[in-house]
Amino acid sequence: CLNDLDTVPQDKDIILADELFNDPATYKQVLAKIYAGLAISGQQGPAGLPDITGIDEGFSQYLRQYWLAQQVTTDEAVIGWADGSLPDYHEHDWNASNEFVTALYNRIIYQITSCNAFLRETTDGKLSARGVDGQLLENIQVYKSEVRFLRALSYYHAIDLFGNFPFVTENDEVGFFFPEQIDRADLFNFIESELLAIEGTLLAPRANEYARADQAAAWTLLAKLYLNAEVYTGTGRYSDCVTYSEKVINSGYSLETTYDNLFLADNHTSNGVIFPIAFDGLRTQSFGGTTFLIHAAVGGDMDPAEFGINGGWGGNRTTSALVNTFNSGIDLMASNNKIGDATSWGIVGSATPNSWNGPDVVLHQTNTTDVLQAFVSLVDGEIKFRKDNAWNGTDFGDDGSNIAVSAGLYKVTVNVNTQEFKLEKDPRALFYTEGQELEIESISTFTDGYAITKFKNVDQNGNPGSDSTGDFTDTDFPLFRLADVYLMYAEANLRGGGGSEANAISYINELRDRADNFGTVTSINLDFILNERARELYWEGHRRTDLIRFGQFTDGNYVWPWKGGVKEGVSTPAYLNLFPIPATDLNANPNLTQNTGY
Amino acid sequence: NVSEATSNSPLPGVGIIIKGTIKGAATDFDGNYVIENVKPGDVLVFSYIGFNTQEITVGSNSTINVAMVESAESLDEVVIIGYGVTTVKDATGSVTSVKAKDLNKGAIVSPDQMLTGKVAGVQITSDGGAPGGGSQIRIRGGSSLNASNDPLFIIDGVPVDKDGIAGIRNPLNTINPNDIESYTILKDASATAIYGSRASNGVIIITTKKGSSGELQGSYSANFSVNRNSDTVDALSADQFRAYVNENGLPSDIALLGNANTNWQDEIFKTGYGTSHNLSLNGSSGAFKFRTSFGYTNQSGTLKTSNLERGTFSVSIGTALLEDHLKIDFNNKLSLINNRFGDTGAIGSAISFDPTQPVYSDSPNYGGYFEWLQANGNPISVGAPRNPLALLEQRNNNSHATRNIGNIQFDYKMHFLPELRANLNLGYDISSSDGDNSIFDSATSSNLELATLGNISHFEQDKKNILSDFYLNYAKDLDAINSSLDFMVGYSYQNFKNEGFDRNNIQDRALTEVLDYYNELNLQSFFGRLKYSFVDKYLLTLTYRRDGSSRFSKSNRWGNFPSAAFAWKIYEEPFIKNVDAITNLKLRLSWGITGQQDIGDYYPAIATYLASTNTAQYQFGSSYLTTFRAQPFNSTLKWEETETYNAGIDFGLFDNVLSGAVDAYFRKTKDLLNFIPFPGGSSLSNAGNANIGKMENKGIEVTLSTRAIRSDDLNLDFDFNFTYADTEITQLTTNDGPDYEGVPVGGFDGGVGNYIQRHTVGYSPYAFFVFQQVYDANGKPIEGVYVDRNNDGSISNADRYRFEKPTADFTAGFTTNLTYKDWNFNMAWRGNVGNYVYNNVDSAKGFRDQLLNPSFPNVIENGVSNILDSDFINGGTNRYLSDYYVQEASFIKLDNVSIGYDFGSVFGETSNLSVSGTAQNLITITDYEGLDPEVGSGIDFNIYPRPRIYMVGVNLNF
Repeated sequence: CLNDLDTVPQDKDIILADELFNDPATYKQVLAKIYAGLAISGQQGPAGLPDITGIDEGFSQYLRQYWLAQQVTTDEAVIGWADGSLPDYHEHDWNASNEFVTALYNRIIYQITSCNAFLRETTDGKLSARGVDGQLLENIQVYKSEVRFLRALSYYHAIDLFGNFPFVTENDEVGFFFPEQIDRADLFNFIESELLAIEGTLLAPRANEYARADQAAAWTLLAKLYLNAEVYTGTGRYSDCVTYSEKVINSGYSLETTYDNLFLADNHTSNGVIFPIAFDGLRTQSFGGTTFLIHAAVGGDMDPAEFGINGGWGGNRTTSALVNTFNSGIDLMASNNKIGDATSWGIVGSATPNSWNGPDVVLHQTNTTDVLQAFVSLVDGEIKFRKDNAWNGTDFGDDGSNIAVSAGLYKVTVNVNTQEFKLEKDPRALFYTEGQELEIESISTFTDGYAITKFKNVDQNGNPGSDSTGDFTDTDFPLFRLADVYLMYAEANLRGGGGSEANAISYINELRDRADNFGTVTSINLDFILNERARELYWEGHRRTDLIRFGQFTDGNYVWPWKGGVKEGVSTPAYLNLFPIPATDLNANPNLTQNTGY
Repeated sequence: NVSEATSNSPLPGVGIIIKGTIKGAATDFDGNYVIENVKPGDVLVFSYIGFNTQEITVGSNSTINVAMVESAESLDEVVIIGYGVTTVKDATGSVTSVKAKDLNKGAIVSPDQMLTGKVAGVQITSDGGAPGGGSQIRIRGGSSLNASNDPLFIIDGVPVDKDGIAGIRNPLNTINPNDIESYTILKDASATAIYGSRASNGVIIITTKKGSSGELQGSYSANFSVNRNSDTVDALSADQFRAYVNENGLPSDIALLGNANTNWQDEIFKTGYGTSHNLSLNGSSGAFKFRTSFGYTNQSGTLKTSNLERGTFSVSIGTALLEDHLKIDFNNKLSLINNRFGDTGAIGSAISFDPTQPVYSDSPNYGGYFEWLQANGNPISVGAPRNPLALLEQRNNNSHATRNIGNIQFDYKMHFLPELRANLNLGYDISSSDGDNSIFDSATSSNLELATLGNISHFEQDKKNILSDFYLNYAKDLDAINSSLDFMVGYSYQNFKNEGFDRNNIQDRALTEVLDYYNELNLQSFFGRLKYSFVDKYLLTLTYRRDGSSRFSKSNRWGNFPSAAFAWKIYEEPFIKNVDAITNLKLRLSWGITGQQDIGDYYPAIATYLASTNTAQYQFGSSYLTTFRAQPFNSTLKWEETETYNAGIDFGLFDNVLSGAVDAYFRKTKDLLNFIPFPGGSSLSNAGNANIGKMENKGIEVTLSTRAIRSDDLNLDFDFNFTYADTEITQLTTNDGPDYEGVPVGGFDGGVGNYIQRHTVGYSPYAFFVFQQVYDANGKPIEGVYVDRNNDGSISNADRYRFEKPTADFTAGFTTNLTYKDWNFNMAWRGNVGNYVYNNVDSAKGFRDQLLNPSFPNVIENGVSNILDSDFINGGTNRYLSDYYVQEASFIKLDNVSIGYDFGSVFGETSNLSVSGTAQNLITITDYEGLDPEVGSGIDFNIYPRPRIYMVGVNLNF
C-alpha cells in the first residue's frame, strides 16, 4: 500500500529518464530537441509548455532574444513596443534587471544544459551498458559532435554577449549547486578546443541532413570566434580566421544568385546557407524566430498578404543610418567601365553632380542594343537623359517631364530607342518607404523609419507558406551563410591575417555581382567592410558584434538616430559592450561577479 | 408539543428518542410529535441544535409538552473536528461553525458564496459575476507563495479535490447549497494539524443535511431571480469619442469615424434570469433514516450567452444496528452541470470597440457583423479588436459535467469494550466532463482570406479520487483522578487520478492536435490524537500526523506534523462561577505545524522526458521529428512547513446576550515551496520548484454576537466579525542581496513582459512595484514625469518603489437578523480597509496611442474616460508602472437584504408556507475609480461584472 506513493507518469508523452533510451530512435529525437531549442520556445507549439520561464513565452524564444540584443541595440533596428524594458535596448539603458537580457541569458544557459544532459546520457559507458553498437553507435558519435557544436555555438553567444559566464559541462550533474564563473579568455579557449576536437567527427560539408550541423558549420563558427578574438581575449587571431574561412569557401558552396530568395518561405532550397535555424508554419511553431521577424516588421500601409501573414505586429523598422549605407560603397568608374563602352548619352539634372549644366554622367553600352547603363550617386532633385551633353532635342525624361529622384546610389538603365528607363538601388536594400518617414520622430510610431521587407513568408512564386491562418512562417533563418564567410575572409585579410587581398576583393565583387551586377569595388578598407557587412547582412543578427569589433558600438564618435535615447544619438559608455549578468542569477549564485560598470 | 421557551412558538424538527433505543420521532412544523409504544418509565430525550437537551421520564400522561431552552451559547453544541466531534465547550482549537440559517441567502449557486463575510479570518472573493463562478478563498491570508493557498474542503468526511474540474467554473458548485447543513472552519494548527498534509491554509468542513427519525416529511422550495449589472465601465460615448478623435487624430483617423452611436456594453450585456427548484424528502423506515433531495437550477448570466444549468440529486441513509453498536452512514451527492461560457474577451472588446461603428454591417460577410477590414475585404487580424457581440454570438463554448461525491462510514462500538470505537470511512469523488468550443465559420478569426473554417475544439476529462480512512477511538472517564481521556489513532489513504485530453483545431485535419494527460497523486497518513481533560476545566489536546506524498522522492516523502493545545474553562472556576454576568469564559492556547505539498506538478521530483506536440517538431532533412525534452525536476523537494501559534478567548456575558471570541495568531512558514530562479547551469530550466523562503502571517480576529432583543414577537440579533491580518515575506532566495528587486509577479494587459508586483523580503506578497507619479498644480498627472527617488538624475527601474498591496489590512462583516411575529428580515454588510487595486482598465485603455495607435493606422479604438482627465499620449512602460493607477479600493458593501413572511400551516396541519424576497449586491461604497473594488489578484482587468440580483422565493413544507 505504501508503494502506491511511488506514482510514475502514465501519460505516453512523459517518459521516465531511465526508460527513454530503451527505444533507439529517441537519441535522435533528443538531438532534435537541442536543435529545436534555437527555433521554438517549448514542447507545445506555438506556446504552452515553455523551456524557460519568467518572461512571456513568445519572447523567450532563442533567436528572438538573440536578434533583439544584436539588432535593436544598433543602427539597424528600432522596435516600437513598450513591452517591459524592451526600449532599453535601443536607448542603451539596460541594467541587470532587464528581463530581456535575463531571458537571453537564461535561454543560452538552457541550451548549454540541454547539450550537457545529452552528453551525460551518451557516454561510452552508458551506451555500452545499454548495448548500443553498430550503425546506431556510429550515428550517436556524430550526434554527440553536433551537440558539442551546438554547445560551442551557445557559449560563443555567451562570450560575445556576456563575456564572463557561468560554466558547466557534462561533468556537472543537475541539482541545486552554484556553478563557477569562467573568464572570457578561458571561455574562448574552451570554445576553440571544443570546435577543434569535433572538427574531424562531424560530417563533411553538405553531407548531413538539412538543418543539421556539419564541418562547415563548425569552421564558420571558428572563423567567427577568431575574427573576434581580439575583443574576447585581447589577442588577434586573424590568420586563423583566414584559414577557417578558406576551408568553408573551398567546401563547394555557392552564392544564392537572387539575394531575396535567401529570406523566403522556400529558402531551404537557397544556395549559400551553411547553417540555418529551421521553421515550419505547421510543425515548428513559435512566436519567435521568423514568425516574429516577419510579423513585427509589417505595419503601416504594408499589405500583410504580400508577406504571407495575416497581419503585421507593427514593431520593427530601421534608422536612416542603415538606409544611408546604401548611398555609397562602390567604385563608380570601375563599375561603369565594367558595363561596357562609354556612349555619348548621359544623365543630366539637378540631382547629378554637375546639375543641369553638365558635363553629364556618361551612360555605358550594355550587351543589348540601345540599352545603356550607368552607376550614379544622386542627390534629391530631378534628372533627364540627353545626348552629347547638349540640349539638342535628344533629351527625354518621363513623358517629357523631368524625373524626380531622391538621394542615393543608383544603377540607371535606359533604352534610348523606346525611352524607357529604370532607376534601381542595390537589390539588397529591401526597404518599404511608402507612408514611412526616413527619420524617426517617435520610436513608438511605426511609420517613423523605413520598414524592412527582407524576410517574407512567401515562396519565390509569391505563394504564402503552409500555415493557412497566416500566423506562423515557413521561412528558415540563415544563421551562417557564405556571404558572411566571404566578408570575414576579407576583413581578416585587411586586419593582417594573411590570405590574398585580390581574393578578398573578388569575393566582395561576387556579392555585388550575383544575378544582377550592382557595381564593383577595386579596393577595400575596414570602413568599407563594416558598411558592406551592413548592406549584405543587416537584420541577420550580426550588427552589435560587428560594431563592437570596429569600436563603434559605444564610447566612440559613431552615433545613430535615437542611440542613447536621444533623437540625434549620443555616445554611450563602453561598459555596455557587455551585457550584465542578470540580477536573478547574481542573487541565486554567489559565485558570480557582475561585469564591470553595472 | 414542543415549543421554544421564551417565545412559546412551536419548534419544528426537534428530535425525540426513547433513551437506550433507536425509536424516536421529530416534531412537525407546529411542534407536535407522536411516539407510539412508550412505556411509563421510559426516558424521552429531546434534542435540538442550539438548545439544551432535555430528558423527561414518562409518567402516566400521554401528552408531554416540553419547552426547550436555548443553550447557553450552545456550549453543548456538537462541533465537527477532524476524525471525530467535540462540543463547543470542550473545543481547544480555533473552530467556527456556521449553520444554514446564518448563511447568506439569495440566488446562490456556489456554496462558498454563502459564507462570504460570515467568519472572521475567512476572506472569500468571487472571481466575478459569471453564473456559478468561482472564488478565491483565503483563511488567515495565504501561508504559501507558490504552492496552493486554498483551504482543504471536506464534504461529509471526504476531502475533495480542490483542483478544478474541466468545464466547471467552480468545483464547489457541484454541491447544492440547499443540501448544506453547516460549515465548520478550522483555523489554527491545533484544529487543522490532524489533517496535516493539506491543512496549512485551514480546513472547511461541509456537512450536508441528514435524515431524521419520524414521519415522512417533505420540503419544496422554488425561487426566481433577476440579475442585472448595476454599472458599466466608463468608456467614452460615441459623441465623446468623436470629439476626441477629431481633436487628436490624424486626418486618416478622422476618416475612419462612423455615424453610429453604439454602446457596446449595452450590446453585450443583458438582464439575466435564474430559477431554482428543490425538493427534499426526509424520514425513517424501520432502522433506517434517510433524506433525499432533488435540485434544479438554471441561471443565465448578464453577459449574453453565458448560462449554467444544474441538476443535483442527493441521498443520505443512516442506520444503527446491533443495539446501536454499529452505525452505518451512506451519502451520495450527484450533480449534473451544463455550462455555456460567454467569451469574456468581449468585455474588454466592448470598451475598445469604436462606438461610432454600427453593430451590423451592410455586408453578409462575417455573419453580418461590422468588423475592421483591410481594403481587400479581408479582416485586419492584428491590431484590431473584434466586434464584441460577434465574439459572443459566433461562438458556442459549452461543457457538460457529472460529479459524484459519496462515502460510506461504519462506526462500531466494541461490544466487549464500549469505550473503544472503530471507524471506517470509504469515500469517492468521481467526475467526468466534456465540452466543445466552436467558433463559427463566419467569424473573422485570424485568416488571410475570407474565413471559412472557424475553429472547433473538444475536451474530455475523468477524475477518480478515492479515500479510505480507518481509526480507533478510545474514550474513558477516569473518575478517580477527575479526568477524562480520549485517544485516537488512524490511517488514511487517498489516491487522485486525473485523465483527459484536449483536441484542438478539429476543423482542419492538418492542424488537429490532441493533448492528453494522465496524472496520479497518492497521499497516505498516520495520525493520532490525545484529548485529556482534568476536572473538566483544563483541557489538553495533542495531535500527531505523519504524511507521505507521492510528489516527493522516497527520501523526502514523509513529513511530521505535531500540535498541542490547551484550554482553560475559566467560567468553571469558583471565583467566576458566581459572577452572574459571565456565562462563558474560556482561554485557548495552541501551537502546531502543518504541511503543504500542493505545487500543481504531479511529478516534480523525478527525472522524465516530455515529448513535443505536433506543432513543436523539428526538421532534419525532409522529415519532422517529435522531440524529447529532459524535464526539470528537483529530487530534494520536501514538505513546506507552517508553524502556527494561536491564543484565543471565548466569552459569553449576561446569559449570552453578548458573546464572542477573540483570537490572535502568529504563523511562520519555512521551506516555502517556491518557484524560484535556479543558479544558471545547475538545472534543466532557469527556474523551478525548491524549498526556499520564509513567510510570516499574523492577525487578530474578533467575533461578536448580540441578542439585542428577545421577546414574544420581536427578536433582534447582531453578528459582527472583524479581522486584522498582515503577511510579510522574510526570506526569498538563498542569497537575498540588497539590490535584488524581488520576484516579478502580476503580469497585466498592456505590453508583454511588464509586471506590476514584486515578492520582496520585508514586504507583503504581491506588493505593487511602481514609479511615483508627479502631478501639476491642478493635481493632473504630468506625462512621463516621475520622482527620481534615488536622485541619480535619471528615471530607471531603480526609482520604482513598493507601494501598498492587494490584500486588506482589515476586513469586517456585519449581519443583522430581525424577526417580528411572522416576518423576518436579514441584512449582511461587509467591508475591507487598506486593499489596493491596480486599475489596469484605465492604464491599458486610457492613452492616446491606444485609441489612435500609430502602428495600426487603419483602426481606431475607444478608451476609458480617464483619458480626458490624464490626457496621456504615450504607451511607454513607465506610464503603465505609475502609482497613478494603484488606487485605494477599501469598500463597504451591502451584500444581502432579505425579507420573509411565514404564512404558517395554510394547507393543512402539517404544512407550512413561507415566502421571501432577497436582493444581493445592493450597495458598494468606495473611492475606487474602477467598476468594482473587490479584485482578488489586485489587478483590475476585464472583470465579469458582479450583477445585482433580486430574488423571490417560496418554501412549502409538507
